[in-house]
Amino acid sequence: MSTIVLLLITGLGLGALYFLVASGLSLIYGLMGILNFAHGSFLTLGAFAGWELARRMGGDSWVTLFASMAAGAAVGAIVAAATEFLLIRRLYNRHIEQVLVTVGLALASVALFDGIWGTDPIYVTGPAWFAETTEILGARVPNDRFVLIAVAVLVLIAMVLFLRLTRYGLIIRAGVENRAMVTALGIDVRKAFTLVFAIGGAAAGLGGVLASHYFGYVSPQLGGSLLIFAFIVTVIGGLGSLTGAAVASVVVAVLQQFANYYLGGTGDLVVVLLLAVVLLVRPSGLVGRLA
Amino acid sequence: MKTVTKRRWLPWAAGGAVVAFAAILPFLNIVVPGVLPGATYTPGTLQLLALSLLFAALALSYNLLFGSAGMLSFGHALYFAMGAYGLGILLQSTDLALVPAMGIILALVIVAAYLIGALSLRVTGISFAMVTLAFAQAGNVLIRRNPGLTGGEEGLRLATANVPDVLVGVINTRNLYWVALALVVVVFVVVTWFEHSRAGHVVAATRENELRVRVIGVRPFVVKLITFVIASALAALVGMVYLLLQSGATPRATSADFTLTILVIVVLGGVGSRWGAVVGGIVYTLLDQRLTAFASSDAVAALPDVLRIPLSEPLFILGTLFILVVLFLPGGIAGIVGRVGDRSRSRAAARDRVEEAS
Amino acid sequence: MSETILSVRGLSARIAGQQVVEDVSFDVPDRGVTALLGRNGVGKTSTVKAILGLIERQGTVEFGGERIDKEPTFTIVQRGVGYVPEDREVFSGLTVAENLRLAERGGAVHRERVAALFPDLEARASQLAGTLSGGQQQMVSLARALLNENRLLLVDEPTKGLAPLIVADVAAALAAAAKLAPILLVEQNLQVVRQLASTVVVLEGGRVIHTGSAQALLDDSDLVTSLLGVHGAKSEADS
Ligand SMILES: Nc1ncnc2c1ncn2[C@@H]1O[C@H](COP(=O)(O)OP(=O)(O)OP(=O)(O)O)[C@@H](O)[C@H]1O
Ligand SMILES: [Mg+2]
Repeated sequence: MSTIVLLLITGLGLGALYFLVASGLSLIYGLMGILNFAHGSFLTLGAFAGWELARRMGGDSWVTLFASMAAGAAVGAIVAAATEFLLIRRLYNRHIEQVLVTVGLALASVALFDGIWGTDPIYVTGPAWFAETTEILGARVPNDRFVLIAVAVLVLIAMVLFLRLTRYGLIIRAGVENRAMVTALGIDVRKAFTLVFAIGGAAAGLGGVLASHYFGYVSPQLGGSLLIFAFIVTVIGGLGSLTGAAVASVVVAVLQQFANYYLGGTGDLVVVLLLAVVLLVRPSGLVGRLA
Repeated sequence: MKTVTKRRWLPWAAGGAVVAFAAILPFLNIVVPGVLPGATYTPGTLQLLALSLLFAALALSYNLLFGSAGMLSFGHALYFAMGAYGLGILLQSTDLALVPAMGIILALVIVAAYLIGALSLRVTGISFAMVTLAFAQAGNVLIRRNPGLTGGEEGLRLATANVPDVLVGVINTRNLYWVALALVVVVFVVVTWFEHSRAGHVVAATRENELRVRVIGVRPFVVKLITFVIASALAALVGMVYLLLQSGATPRATSADFTLTILVIVVLGGVGSRWGAVVGGIVYTLLDQRLTAFASSDAVAALPDVLRIPLSEPLFILGTLFILVVLFLPGGIAGIVGRVGDRSRSRAAARDRVEEAS
Repeated sequence: MSETILSVRGLSARIAGQQVVEDVSFDVPDRGVTALLGRNGVGKTSTVKAILGLIERQGTVEFGGERIDKEPTFTIVQRGVGYVPEDREVFSGLTVAENLRLAERGGAVHRERVAALFPDLEARASQLAGTLSGGQQQMVSLARALLNENRLLLVDEPTKGLAPLIVADVAAALAAAAKLAPILLVEQNLQVVRQLASTVVVLEGGRVIHTGSAQALLDDSDLVTSLLGVHGAKSEADS
């Protein structure tokens, strides 16, 4: 029982990370039709920014943690918005080229991170409470999992409220469904493009800081390794769907944890298998838009 | 249209001359400072040239998939790795001779590509890209997690017991070079033949307009699957020769980054251009090698940090170069040459192709 | 004599490598309804989309005397063009109210006008547009265009697939709309054309094959058959 609880909560924590990456991917894809390979770099950069700030502030306090989370989100948002504005926008409506640019950016940025911070993992520590565990139904759960889950839930709520209640949220929801018609109503949808990139980048940057606490280190490869699973999550959840991304994040991560524990470390393979099954059973659900 | 037909032998003749020249390189003493590490007859240079030829062949196979059929796959490395690792494992665990072993692996790859392709092609566009990526990732995980069979992170060493002696060792590098050259020619011919076949025309038409192909009564799925299997089988062949040339394989060959490298090469050379893919493969490999040497040079080490750090990362320079090509040079190297050269000819040829397809 | 609000000269467009609009020229006067006619698949929708910049196009398009053929869609619309697309294209995942709110362009917004024309929509404000009937969706689509102050309406087959009673409703709404702004109307229902249109432009194979008065065309059943029915028609000079 305690093992199951531990696996479940750890899975939820990992799912929270996947969601922070996949939510942005899904929104960007849904609105713009771009598979953003640079998204992992936004995450990595956020993680490094958070670490650099924490290092300068010193101490492992909660204030430091929250400041580094804010720094990660801010850096992620700025870099992502700049990416859209300077690179993606020049290739308006040429989706393949847009994807290629993000591929180039991913390759170049990871190499740059290698050059700046080195290829070895840099170990990070959070508040002392992070290193402790809390007992739930006999399971000793590392505390950082709870923070991860709480942050991801807050981000999900914030995104949903933003999409429901603001005019830009309305434009994004409509644009995911039918972008051409949004422009045909006289709306400059490009502003929404920059915005989804910024939102996705912020979530990824925040995810980067949290990932560095979950795994215990930062490295230039951090984003890339999470990105592939986030892609899978996005496809399983249905491209362009935020709730789909949330549900698929949890399913994929929990399944991965259980398979790793009970089926001899086969978590990654089981996830790919799940993807194959989803493809066989519901290929239309994959390309199917929100409605 | 007559003139187009008449001129068709010209590129082939030129290609033949280039191949003939490439074939006698190991007997020549050509030194190209800054591009090649040594004279063309030295094993080190031949090794590099052979590697660049393999990348050219791999790019050709990917160009068939992406350039000709418009299928953006992020899992092409998987088939390359299946060839390299499959052959390596078969040679180390059985007594099969090289050629039968290659035949078996090729057959297995065709079956695997058929199954994975049939599954992946249930979706199109970006979903297809992600699904192929996921399968390749599974392959990557399998290879890294089974060190007993694959050597894990360390990589696989080639078991040379059943490999003909002429293909083993530094002194025989030039034989491997010729094998690589022959492979490029074979792949080029196969790809050209396929693109000019009926299936090739149809698949090119699906890239432009899937609906129209459906209307003329062909299921795009079938021709796409055929293309996928052929491209995968060719990639596996390249992987097998790569194993021989490099005397082993590493898990990097299965990674998403490796597929991205092939993609970069094809875009650099010019999407849809066969000789562009060849030139792209050669240019990329030489550039990568030169940039690595440049990165660790004293000139770079002496620079201030803002310049030293980016310049000491070859992938940073290549990635940036790639972005610039996508932004400012649509059509890549072939595009530049095309713009300089005769424009109308290629356009007429393109029109020709569309007309024949419909 | 009326002025020209929209002038199309030598407009061409391609979709997926196929020429769907070829050297199309015609004028839309600044009042009344101009009908764009032609058999299925001749390029009517494509012509409208090319005017709006929704598909790649070449040629000259002047709106109120200014070139708009290089402009992106949203600025063309902001100049005062209302668009009612073929097949409604309401946002099915958004509510009726959200669909309308999204369409508000700023400037004068005529919510009362729309409420008076389509009373049904108010009651269904919080219903998802995807769950509306075809006729109701068409009302939303028309309402989106009529909310704003427009100098031209582009309306593509508003009666497509609707029951006769609803067709009459839509025609009435269009008649009311025509008092506010000139309309370029794509329409297959010749009765609706007769009721609303003063001028007609007929397309065939992506080209204009006839322009003239609606009355004259509709009263000549041979001409109607030859232009909109069986193949083959002589071309006429521009008006
Ligand atoms: N997305 C597309 N892909 C391929 N062909 C298209 C596409 N859209 C339109 N076409 C083709 O362009 C031509 C013109 O289409 P268009 O929709 O403009 O015709 P239309 O006159 O509006 O027809 P209808 O009266 O049936 O609405 C048709 O032959 C159609 O098949
Ligand atoms: Mg139409």
